[in-house]
Amino acid sequence: MSLPEPTRFTVNGSEQSVHAEPDTPLLYVLRNDLDLKGAKFGCGLGQCGACTVLLDGHAVNACDTPLWAAAGKQVTTVEGLAAGGAMSRLQQAFLDEQAVQCGYCISGMLMSATALLERTPDPSLDQIKEAMDRNLCRCGTQARILRAIQRAASTRTGAPA
Amino acid sequence: MSAPLKVPSMLSANPRLDRWVKFNDDRSATVFTGRVELGQGILTALKQIAAEELDLSFEQVRIVDADTRLTPDEGHTSGSRSISEGGSAMRAVCAEVRAVLLAEASRRLDIPSDRLVVEEGRITGADRIRETSYWDLPHADLLAREATGQVPPKPVARYTVVGRSEQRLDIPDKLAGRPCFVADMKLPGMLFGRVARPPSFGARLESIDEAAIRAMPGVLAFVRDGDFLGVVAEREEQAVKARKAMLAASRWTEPGLPTDASDIYRFIETRDTTDTVIVERRDEPALARTAKTFEARYSKPYIAHASLGPSAALATFSDAGIEVWTHSQGVFPLQRELAEVFHLPVDAVVAHHVDGPGCYGHNGADDAALDAVLLARAVPGRPVMLQWMRDDEFAWEPLGPAMVVKTRAAVDADGNIVDWSLELWSNGHTQRPGVVITTEPSVSLLAAWHLENPVPRIPQGDPAMSGGGGMARNAEVIYALPNQKVVAHRVEELPLRASTLRALGAYANVFAGESFIDELAEACGADPVEYRLRHMKNPRARAVIELAAQKAGWVPNEKSDGTKGRGIAFAQYKNGYGYIAIVAEVVLEPEFRVTRMVAAVDVGLAINPDGILNQTEGGILQALSWTLKEQVDFDRERILSRDWETYPVLTFSEVPQVEVHLIDRRDEEPLGAGETPTGPTAAAVANALAHALGVRVRDLPLTRERIIAALG
Repeated sequence: MSLPEPTRFTVNGSEQSVHAEPDTPLLYVLRNDLDLKGAKFGCGLGQCGACTVLLDGHAVNACDTPLWAAAGKQVTTVEGLAAGGAMSRLQQAFLDEQAVQCGYCISGMLMSATALLERTPDPSLDQIKEAMDRNLCRCGTQARILRAIQRAASTRTGAPA
Repeated sequence: MSAPLKVPSMLSANPRLDRWVKFNDDRSATVFTGRVELGQGILTALKQIAAEELDLSFEQVRIVDADTRLTPDEGHTSGSRSISEGGSAMRAVCAEVRAVLLAEASRRLDIPSDRLVVEEGRITGADRIRETSYWDLPHADLLAREATGQVPPKPVARYTVVGRSEQRLDIPDKLAGRPCFVADMKLPGMLFGRVARPPSFGARLESIDEAAIRAMPGVLAFVRDGDFLGVVAEREEQAVKARKAMLAASRWTEPGLPTDASDIYRFIETRDTTDTVIVERRDEPALARTAKTFEARYSKPYIAHASLGPSAALATFSDAGIEVWTHSQGVFPLQRELAEVFHLPVDAVVAHHVDGPGCYGHNGADDAALDAVLLARAVPGRPVMLQWMRDDEFAWEPLGPAMVVKTRAAVDADGNIVDWSLELWSNGHTQRPGVVITTEPSVSLLAAWHLENPVPRIPQGDPAMSGGGGMARNAEVIYALPNQKVVAHRVEELPLRASTLRALGAYANVFAGESFIDELAEACGADPVEYRLRHMKNPRARAVIELAAQKAGWVPNEKSDGTKGRGIAFAQYKNGYGYIAIVAEVVLEPEFRVTRMVAAVDVGLAINPDGILNQTEGGILQALSWTLKEQVDFDRERILSRDWETYPVLTFSEVPQVEVHLIDRRDEEPLGAGETPTGPTAAAVANALAHALGVRVRDLPLTRERIIAALG
């Protein structure tokens, strides 16, 4: 059987070319073809947010985004948040707040919150809750996650970009 | 001569010192635990205990969790027992390892052991001239012996590592998105598997068009073994497509279910039961003071663990045997069950623990391990990564069983409780191996029951009261009551697969007991905090109740204005573990919402204080999700809750402010924290709702529909 035509797109700043069927969920391409295991399979239904990545800066569920929809676009995954090996402010805030229990949801949380803070650098608590509402956490880490996002927002607005 | 020390049970079961501790050439030590990391931070806390007793820095200790080749066998990591059981064993072992090495150092340096000082593994006398270290001694030979369990651990007053909030070891990698979980693993030549489960409990496969499945792109193996169906494919999305095709192409006979979600409470109350009197205390003169009696009935539905990630496992099958990577809570029990299913000697099965999505009890992890091995058997020598799909998890994980709890009480003319009784109805709360012993082989693993030559299901069991109990956990209240009777009615007929879920029966029993005592307080015109304290003698219990009330700004006898309310609830988990009191605040307008949860918790000596706070906050929010939203829906054929829309859980918008205040008791035994908050959360919210509403909702979850119905 011949390989499918390659799909080209950019992941965390690197050009990628992947031979997979165009309807393959982006999640499996990231995890299995590109070995980026940060985005998780949670439901495959776009309901839980564990697979959240940024597509041209917008938070999307990689489990129900077909590969063809990423063609020519910029994909950012949790592995792309750290610049030069240093954690992003948001990751650092999650670490400082110890805002993780099992951690299965956490890369999705980081990506949704990254998209929020890009759009709204100084969000209110209600804005954070609204932006995070489609990311589920089963361990009950939400209170810490909210504190971490608030902490990142305050260090961000308090410091040069 | 002082009395012999009590040897920790896990040390008796695994007495070799070198099964627990080993020293490495880079001046570090590795400690081995049979406990597993479930996102509760246990490895961080155990590492603190080990570093403390060995007089090593926290950074000098590495820790390895459950692995059948490497670590002690500590059974299942469950029941908030890891700190008390696993921690006490680690403490005793490390104290003994230190003593054994110091005895040798003493001989070599010619300085008495009790005059030696250990700092980061360097061993010196007071003169600081003569010096050796753990690594300069023949540690491997010295540790090749059985523990006595008779070396006293370090006095708490000298602790420097234990009691300090340490960041959890696993968090940096998880934040960076590095591979941490079973499902993130990749081995050379790895293939992907999926299973197609029956549509319902007890369904039998009539037919499937195998040829169509085998012809699908990338499918390397199709497995049909009795009613077990699965595929192995080159790529993950190919396996997912093949699973979908298997579900569409298979025909099943379904026997139906004996009840449904709307009928379940009538069902369990009317079955044949095995009845056990849990406690019966009689005081006739007190009874004679009865002025008024009360009764109530509470219920709790089936609740799913619903881990955010579906269960996964990686397995290989070859002539050498089975190797499996799993997020099971008990790799050793799993090893024995897999050996049973495949008729192999136990040592032909190797099971490694790797982190999984949050675990709150017996979920699909072990079942997924068997599924992975069954698929790997079809492609010998090739590793197979198996993950369940979302609906596999909802429809097949063992659920926390539905319960009915009835309470009755009598008060005297002053409102003091003179009689208290509680009766509960439930299935047994466990289906784990080792609880019910059968003469013929039986296993807990789902796929084994569906094979052509099945290994039957382990009969439903219930943990013994000596270990904290299952269905009757916390059914007895620890208030000082002259009369108390608790009866557990165990329903044998099992409508849905059920097993342990965080806190087991304690969730429903505490919800009922702590709602009921609030009802009594209200009927007697008493303040809920004062009323509890009036009946409570235990000083640690009183302390958490008082602290929670104080931190929440509790105003005694406060009347609700009808738009908001507050409630309190208390429990000592398993009536022998951690103490907690929680105050909940709710508003009714514009809609019912929980706005604040304030808890005071005492789990004895705090090993890692921030770890306790994290576990307690998490326990409160998960229990809040159960309490406000969760119930597994099912009809007379099958489970209908199959995704996050049909089984909604707490979202960020519904998250209240959460405050946890810790009472650190350095002179008390350290205890687990994870399960302590569940029942008190439910009761505190129900009590706050009743305070705001003026009427009480006794059936969980506390949904809008139930509130409207209660208002009549």
